Amino acid sequence: MSTLVLSTTRQRNLGALTLIGCAWLVFVLFLVLPLYVVLSEAIQQGYASFFTAVLEPDAIAALKLTLIAVGISVPLNVMFGVAAAWCVSKYEFRGKSLLVTLIDLPFSVSPIIAGLVYILLFGAQGFFGDWLAEHDIQIIFAIPGIVLATLFVTVPFVARELIPLMQQQGTQEEEAARLLGASGWQMFWHVTLPNIRWGLTYGVVLCTARALGEFGAVSVVSGHIRGFTNTLPLHVEILYNEYNHVAAFSVATILLVMALLMLILKQWAQERLEK
Amino acid sequence: MARSVSPVIPGFNLTLGYTLVYLSLIVLIPLAGMLVYAAQLSWQDFYRIISTPQVVSALKLSFGAALVAALVNGFIGTLLAWVIVRYRFPGRKIIDALIDLPFALPTAVAGIALTTLYAPKGLLGQYASDLGIKVAFTPFGIVLALTFVTLPFVVRTIQPVLEDIPRELEEAATCLGANSFQVLCHVLIPALLPAWLTGFTLAFARAVGEYGSVIFIAGNMPGKTEILPFLIMVKLDQYDYLGATAIGVMMLVVSFVFLLLINLLQRYLIKH
Repeated sequence: MSTLVLSTTRQRNLGALTLIGCAWLVFVLFLVLPLYVVLSEAIQQGYASFFTAVLEPDAIAALKLTLIAVGISVPLNVMFGVAAAWCVSKYEFRGKSLLVTLIDLPFSVSPIIAGLVYILLFGAQGFFGDWLAEHDIQIIFAIPGIVLATLFVTVPFVARELIPLMQQQGTQEEEAARLLGASGWQMFWHVTLPNIRWGLTYGVVLCTARALGEFGAVSVVSGHIRGFTNTLPLHVEILYNEYNHVAAFSVATILLVMALLMLILKQWAQERLEK
Repeated sequence: MARSVSPVIPGFNLTLGYTLVYLSLIVLIPLAGMLVYAAQLSWQDFYRIISTPQVVSALKLSFGAALVAALVNGFIGTLLAWVIVRYRFPGRKIIDALIDLPFALPTAVAGIALTTLYAPKGLLGQYASDLGIKVAFTPFGIVLALTFVTLPFVVRTIQPVLEDIPRELEEAATCLGANSFQVLCHVLIPALLPAWLTGFTLAFARAVGEYGSVIFIAGNMPGKTEILPFLIMVKLDQYDYLGATAIGVMMLVVSFVFLLLINLLQRYLIKH
C-alpha cells in the first residue's frame, strides 16, 4: 500500500486520527451547531407557536414573494447561462476571456452594491426616477426591484457551471449532428441538452439556493413593507429585530429546510455529473 | 470582430448577442450607472466623504476582518479538504455534503443563528464569557461569522486538485529519500498553492461584501463594529445617495486593487 511508504504506520495513524478529530471538531462547531440553534430556538415554545409563526399572513406573503423572485430570476439566468456557455465553448473570438471575467462580476460585488446600483437607476433620485414617477411605474420598493436585485446576484451561477463543462465536451457531437442533417434546434435539443443536463441541474440548484436566500441586495431595494415587499429572509430579519426570536427562527426553519433540500439535490446532481 | 466560427454550428450571433444584451442590461449598465452617478462629485467632495473617521474605520474593519477570516479558512479549509480526500472514516460523506451549507443557507438565517450561538447566554457564548471573551458585538464575532460564510471556498477549490495529485509523485519523492515534511514542502504545497490562492481570493472577496450574516452579530456600532456594506445602507436610509455611492465606488476600487495584487502574487508564484 502506498500509504505505508510515507512513514511508520503508527505515526501515520496517530497523525491521521488527530487531523480527523480536528476536522470533526470544526465540522460540529461551525456547521452543525448553527443548524441545531435554528431548530431548537424555533420549537422553544412548542410546536403550536412554530406553526402560528409560519402560517401567519405576512409570512405566507413573504414566502410567495420569495418564490416569485426565484421563479422569475432562475429561468432567466438559465437561458443566459446556456447562451453564454454556448457562445464561449463552441466558438473562438476575441474578447472571450473578457466576457468570462465580466460574467463573474456579480461575485466580486457586495450584494449591498447590487441593490444600490438599481436604486441609482430607478429610485426617486435616480436616473430614471422622474420618468418612472410620471408614468406611475414602481420599480424600487416594489416587486420588479426585488426581482432585478435577485437577478443581478445570481447571473453567474448557471454560466459558471456550464462553461467549463461545455468547453470540455467540445464541438464534435454538435458538428456530427449538423452534418447528418439536424437543424440548429434539433441539434441543441437532442445532442447538447442531454450532454449538459447534470451540469445544468447543478447550476440551477446553486442558482436557486442563492436566489432563495438573497438578503443584502433585496434588503436595499425592498422598502421592507410588511406583507408586500418582504421576502422570507427579510421577514426573518424583521421578526428578529422585534425580539420575536421564536417566530424569527420558526420562519428561518422553512429557509433552512429549503437549503438542506438544495444541498441534497446538489449532491445528487453532482454524483450524476461525475459519472 | 476577428473570430473563427465553425461554419457548421449555428447560433453564434444569437447567443453572443443575447449574452451581451442581457449582461449589459442586468450587470454592466447598472454598474456603469453607479460610476456615472459618482462622477457628479468633485475629487475633493469624494475624498471628503471617504475620509471621515466613520468610513475609515468601517473600511479597516471590513477588509481586516475579511483578511483574517479568509486566512483562517485557508487553514481550516485545507485541513477539511485533506481529511476528506486522504482518509476514510465514519461520517466522511456527511461532512463532505454539509460543507456547502454556508453556500445554501440564507445569510440572514446564518446571521441570527450565529448571534444566538455566541450571545453571552448562548450555547457556545456561555463558555466564551466564562473565559472572559466577548464574541457578540465585537470584531471577533464578525470574523467568526465571516469564517462560517466563506468556509466552503477554500475546501472546494483545493479538493479537486488534491484528488488529482498522483500518489506516484509522493511515492517517488519518498523513494528518493524525502521525509514527510519535505514531501509536504516540495511536492504538495507547490501543487496546491495556486488552488489555495484562488480559494483564498474567493473567500476574501465574498467576506468583504458580506452583509446578512454579519449585521446581526456585529452590533453595528459606528467606529467600532460597523462594516462598509452596513454603512452604505445607513447612508441610503438617510437618502444620502451621493455618500452611499462614493463609499460603494471606493469599496469596489479597493477590492479591485486587492484582487489584482493577489492575482499578481499568484502569477509570480506560478513562475517560480
